[in-house]
Order: sequence, then C-alpha cells, then structure tokens
Amino acid sequence: MAQVHFSAGLRDLTGGLAQVEVEATTVRRLVVALEEMFPGIGEHLNEASSVAIDGEIFTDADYEPVSNSSEVHFLDIFQGG
Amino acid sequence: MAITEENPGYKWVGTRPIRPDGLEKVTGKAQFGADLMLPGMLFGKVVRSPHAHARIISIDTTAAEAMVGVKAVITGSDFPDLAANGAHPSEIDVANNTIAREKVLYEGHVVAAVAATTREQAEAAAKAVEVTYEILPHVLTVDEAMADDAPLLHEGMITKGVDPAPEEASNVASKILHERGDLDQGFGEADVVVEREFTTKPVHQGYIEPHAAVADANSDGRAHIWCSSQGHFQMRAYSASVLGISPGMLKVTAAEIGGGFGGKTVIYLEPLAVRLSQRAGRPVKLVMDRDEVFRATGPTSGTRIKVKMGVAKDGKITAAEVWMAYEAGAYAGSPVGAAGMTAIACYDIPNFVVEGYDVVCNKPRVAAYRAPGAPMAAFAVESVLDELARDIGMDPIDIRLANAAVEGTQASYGPKFPRIGFVETLEAIKDHPNYTADLGPNQGRGIAAGFWFNAGMMSSATVHINENGTATVVTGSPDIGGSRQSMALMAAEELGIPYESIKAVVADTETVGFNDVTGGSRVTLATGAAVVDACRLIIEDLRARAAKTWDVELDQVEWVDGQAQHVEGAQPPLSMKDLAAKSGRTGGPISANASLNSRGVGAGFSTQLCDVEVDPETGVTRVVRYLTAQDAGRAISPDYVEGQMQGGVVQGIGWALSEEYIHDSDGVMENPGFLDYRIPVASDLPMIDCAIVEVPNPAHPYGVRGVGEVGIVPPMAAVGNAINDALDVRMTDLPMSPVKVLEALNEQRD
Repeated sequence: MAQVHFSAGLRDLTGGLAQVEVEATTVRRLVVALEEMFPGIGEHLNEASSVAIDGEIFTDADYEPVSNSSEVHFLDIFQGG
Repeated sequence: MAITEENPGYKWVGTRPIRPDGLEKVTGKAQFGADLMLPGMLFGKVVRSPHAHARIISIDTTAAEAMVGVKAVITGSDFPDLAANGAHPSEIDVANNTIAREKVLYEGHVVAAVAATTREQAEAAAKAVEVTYEILPHVLTVDEAMADDAPLLHEGMITKGVDPAPEEASNVASKILHERGDLDQGFGEADVVVEREFTTKPVHQGYIEPHAAVADANSDGRAHIWCSSQGHFQMRAYSASVLGISPGMLKVTAAEIGGGFGGKTVIYLEPLAVRLSQRAGRPVKLVMDRDEVFRATGPTSGTRIKVKMGVAKDGKITAAEVWMAYEAGAYAGSPVGAAGMTAIACYDIPNFVVEGYDVVCNKPRVAAYRAPGAPMAAFAVESVLDELARDIGMDPIDIRLANAAVEGTQASYGPKFPRIGFVETLEAIKDHPNYTADLGPNQGRGIAAGFWFNAGMMSSATVHINENGTATVVTGSPDIGGSRQSMALMAAEELGIPYESIKAVVADTETVGFNDVTGGSRVTLATGAAVVDACRLIIEDLRARAAKTWDVELDQVEWVDGQAQHVEGAQPPLSMKDLAAKSGRTGGPISANASLNSRGVGAGFSTQLCDVEVDPETGVTRVVRYLTAQDAGRAISPDYVEGQMQGGVVQGIGWALSEEYIHDSDGVMENPGFLDYRIPVASDLPMIDCAIVEVPNPAHPYGVRGVGEVGIVPPMAAVGNAINDALDVRMTDLPMSPVKVLEALNEQRD
C-alpha cells in the first residue's frame, strides 16, 4: 500500500498521525480513501495542497498513478516569482 | 566555469548567440506596456487612499464627472460583489485589493478611477473625487499585528492551521508547522548551540517598468487588454473574475516587459481600465508612476525570524528550531509557507521544528518576489550556521558539505530529493580562486547557500515551418528572462536548422494554447518541453513527407542535421528548405502544437561567496568581490543564465545593504522613489562572477532545472557573514545600513 505522509500542519486533521498506508491507484482515489479515514481532510487536500509522489512534486495530481511502493507527501501550495 | 556530468555535443544548446530582443530594445522600437496608443484613447488616473486603515463613509464623484474632458468615473460599486456571488475567498481578496469597497487597508489602496481626454484632465478629476473616511487604528509590523489588543483588518479572520480553531478573530491568517525527530534530544547531542533573532523589512521587486494597461471594450461586452505582465492568461482570468465575466470575453496581449521578478503575476490596473473603457466607450490607458508602484504594488514581506541550531564538534547539525512571522500586507497570503519549506531544506537535519505565521497588516498586499519567502529564512539560518562553524572552528564550506542534502535525503518539507546539485555548488565555490584570494584591511569573506523548488505547470507551444524552411516558435510565456532565445536554441537543436533561422514570439491569449505565468523559474523547463514536443511532431511530419516524396516506408527515413536522409543513402537528402518549398504537394503547411502539464521539476541550489570592505568610521559596506555558483541543470543560454544569476545576487545585495520600506507613524510610506529607496546600480558593484554548475535534471529533454529565483536566496546572509568576518559583529536586522553597522560597532566597543 502507498505510504502517505502528512506535514505537521495537516496532522490536526489526522488525529496526530504523521503517516498512514492507503490502497489506491491514483491520487484522486487516494484522497477519497483519506476522506473516509479522516472526514474533512479531502477538501483541504484538494484546495490547499500539492502532492509529491516518490519525490516528484505535482500541482495537479488528481489522475497521477500511485503504486503500492509509492511514497506520497501532501505539501503546502507555494508560489514562485 | 561549468561542471558538466556529460557532454552531449549539442550544436546550439549552450551557445551564446545575439539576443533576439536586443535590437528593438536598444533602438526604442520595443512596445512596452505604456507605449501603446490607440485612436480616441483616453487617459486614466487612479484615486488612492491617503490612510493606512479607514472605513469609506462616502465617495462623491459629482464634481469629477462634471469636469471638462472627463468621460468616466468608477468606484468599487461599479464591480460585482463577489462575496455575494459565492466566490472563493482568494478571488474576493484580489477584487478588493484591485478597488476597495467598505474599507481601505493600506495607504495607496485604490478607491476610484477616472478617464479623461488628456492626462492632465484625468489627474485633475482624480483630485476632485471626494472621499470621506473614518480613520481606523492601523498595524504596520508583525509585532503590532500579533499583539493581543491589535486592531483587526478583517473582523472574521480566524487563524487556519491551529487545532482547536481559535474562537477570536486575529490578524494571523494561518500557521504552518514542519517537524521531525526529537528537538530536546537533538539539542542535547549538540556541543554548541546558537540562538539568534532576525528582522527584515519589506522590499520591492524594483522592476524598472511601472505597471501599465490599455483596455478597449466593445459594445458586445468583449474587451482587449494590452498589458505588461508575467502571464497574460492569468491577467485574463483574474480580470474576468473581478469584472464578473467569462475569461473568453477578454483577449489579452502581452506587451514587452521591463522586469517583473514575481511582482507582475498579479493584477492592479487591468479590470479598472476595462470598466473605464466600457463606461466611456473608448480605449483607456492606465499607467502607474513610480510613487504608485511603491505605495500600491506588492513588495515582499517584512519578517521576524528566530533560529536556534546546534552542532556537534564534527560539524553535524543535531537540531534546528525556527520560528517565523511574515507580513502578508492587507490580505492573507504571505510566502511563509514556502519559507517554512525552504528554511533548512539545504541540509539533512534529524531533529527540527519550523513554525510560521502569515500575518496581515496595513501595508500593500505582498506579491511574489524571486523564490518568495526563502531569502529571509536563509538570511537567518545561514547566519546562524556561519556562527556555529566559527564556534567549532570549521570551514564554512565544510560544515555545509557535512550536512548537505543529496539524492535520497528526506527533504525537511517531506519528500526525498531526486538527483540534485547542492554539493557541486559548494565544491565549485571551494575550487574557485576567489575562495583563497587575499583579503585587505577591514575586508571580510562570507558564504551562504540557498534552495528553491522551481516549478513546472502548464505550457503550450506551436511551431510553424515557413515556406523557405525557417521556423516560427509561438508560445504564451512572456519573455522576462530570455525565454525567446532559450526556445529558439532548443528548437534549433531539435530541428537541426540554424538558430538564426528561428524566430520565437509571444502570442496573445487567442492565438496560442494556455500558458501559466512566467514565474517559478518554470518557462525554460515547461514551455521549453512543449517546444521540444512540437518540434518532434514536426520532425515526424517531415519524415513522413520525405517518405512520400521518395515512395519509401517511413522507417527508411531519418532526420539528421536538419535534413531527411534515406537510411541506406538511396536518395539525396531533403533539407528543411526543400521540404518546406514543396509542402503543398505533401500535405499542406507544416505546423505542430504541443501542450503539457510539466513533470520532472528539478530543484535549484545556489552557493555564494561574498567579499566586503567595511569602513569602520562611516559604517559603509562595499562589496569588493562576489562569486555565485548555481546548478542550472543545463544552461540552454549561458548568457541569460548568468544574467539571472547576477540579477538575483544584485537584488539580494540591495536587500542586504540598502533597500527597505520606511513608513511614518500614520502608516504613510516615506521613501516611494528610487532616490530614497536605494537599489544598487552598476557603479556600486564589482562584476558578479558566475560558476554555472550543470547537474542535468534527468526528467527534462535537455536537463533544465530553471534558474530565475534561487540566486536571490543566499546574498543577504553571504553579505552579513562577510561583515561579521570583517568586523566580528553579527548583523541581524536588514538592511545592514551604515547606521546599523556603526551601532553594532559601538555596542562591540562598549
């Protein structure tokens, strides 16, 4: 299962958990699974987060594939100059 | 000097041809935002708040509307109420920043705008708009804004990121937090711990060209905008939102741009010009003067940052604790999030807590400025790291090498780094003769490093082959850092035709597919990848046309050195010119489009070496030698890469030594001009030496990482560390002006 990591700022929404394992094939499905585990987190992840999958950062990752060996991090959105 | 992991033998990539925009710029032909003149065009003028915080009681436009030449006067009531329409809070903030409704939140906030036949008439009418204010108490710094009894800018602002959510509103928009390991254990393992507090002032991007926009509205509701921006597709989207119309109703043409550095990723004038044009029935031009640019457009945040770090005697950092508060200006959205992610990202630290706060105050809303948020955090962290190195007697490069993030390091913000080139930038500095150059009296040497993510995002490109075999490369990325040359060089490399045979242009929003902003150091990477994709489609098309011409299978044709060749040499080659000349017989015009959401962003690192000379009698600091080493991935256009590196350094030196917003007790800016807001000029500085490091990004066809931002991250700490080396005084408050240096020296003597 994919290893999903939450920044400290997101742990308010996960009951303090820093990491969970989730069965999903895409980021969108992963977020749906997380919403079932932590109600309310889905909206935050969709609106306020970019996603890093195995070290690569995506701004629009809904349909990006994740695998059982993937390491997924939800990150704060940042703006470049 | 360049470190190259591989030498692919490119013919055009990595060369230094004459820049394509140079002739028009030096002859004055280039059309910047303020240059456009249209028949019947009116001149606009914006009315701005003289108060830092006030409630708008009434706006009387009667006298202004009656003045000779005045054709239109608008206020906030001429725009839709986005809040009532259920718009996203960020859209509402953009709209309210464009023109105030109930309250003004900073000196310079727009309250009305006029359009008249002449500029003088418009200025007179603007003065005749009567605004009645109820002045409110204001807050100008994070300290004032975070105080318990602080007056509130937004009465419903509840801090996000705090659990449980506060019951009371405050000026703190959000909290961010990153942590790993056990802080107490980490500091317990340290042999030396240093704790310091730093402050920085808001500084402006300092682009030479003020904001300008021309709008021409039609009676069918459509409008055409010409403006200077870093992203005309974004100007279209933001303007449409403020105006309450579909983006498709607006066409935006990118003017030539005289600098942006992040500050032209937001709208100010565009929707005002459209609404004035709609009211007047004629085109309207709005141009800011320098005073307005300073008072009303985005500086970057002033900050307060506390850093505590510990190291063992072997130089390994055992723990880091960072607390930071960033001014957002009038609306939420300071770059503290990126600051928290970048502050210690250069290093592999097992135990840390990074905590940050986004704080609103009565200053202009901050806008992006090269690697937004990172430079202030680096000033603090790199200064403390310098002090730790001194305390344990370790070389400043060696302590960074001992802790440097490498491929596989778990970045402080979460994911593991892919292949990165931080170590190579450190080694490039250490190997350079500047590192061991002799220092004179009152001179000192400083080192600092910096990290920036870089970005990918969405880009589109079209490539046309002209009938004579030359090519036109069309993108929608405004060229603020040499992207037309980079696009042409990559296209030349792909197509195998001379760089001089390719013209790269920036098209309007109706002529080319969507492009995100020219920002985040993303254009050479992302738009460049779209150009490469389009060129490869062209080559496939050309191979097919050659196969048709020779009556052979496609796999019998290859594209080599700009011509189709039969793999067995059974046919004489067909050049691009040959194929273009007969395109009508082989399928029609030769053209290809490519669009993408870029993948494989490559992070950027920079390490910099600064030598200063400080006059102990006047406190004046002069930079005498400066070297910057930066991982470009691949320098498509080395001239422009060096320009980006040098530009970032120079802006950072200004931030370090002389630039700051100064406000009086009423919240009025006192130095809104380049005489009193001192940016470095050429005569202030030595030539900035550049060491381009090339650790190719494996995810890009040419290894590009992006170079526009990270160069501004290290300079303030590099300068501060050099001053400390010269005088043994630790400067913790920017700018490190002569007065502050003298104060520090006096404290040292006491």
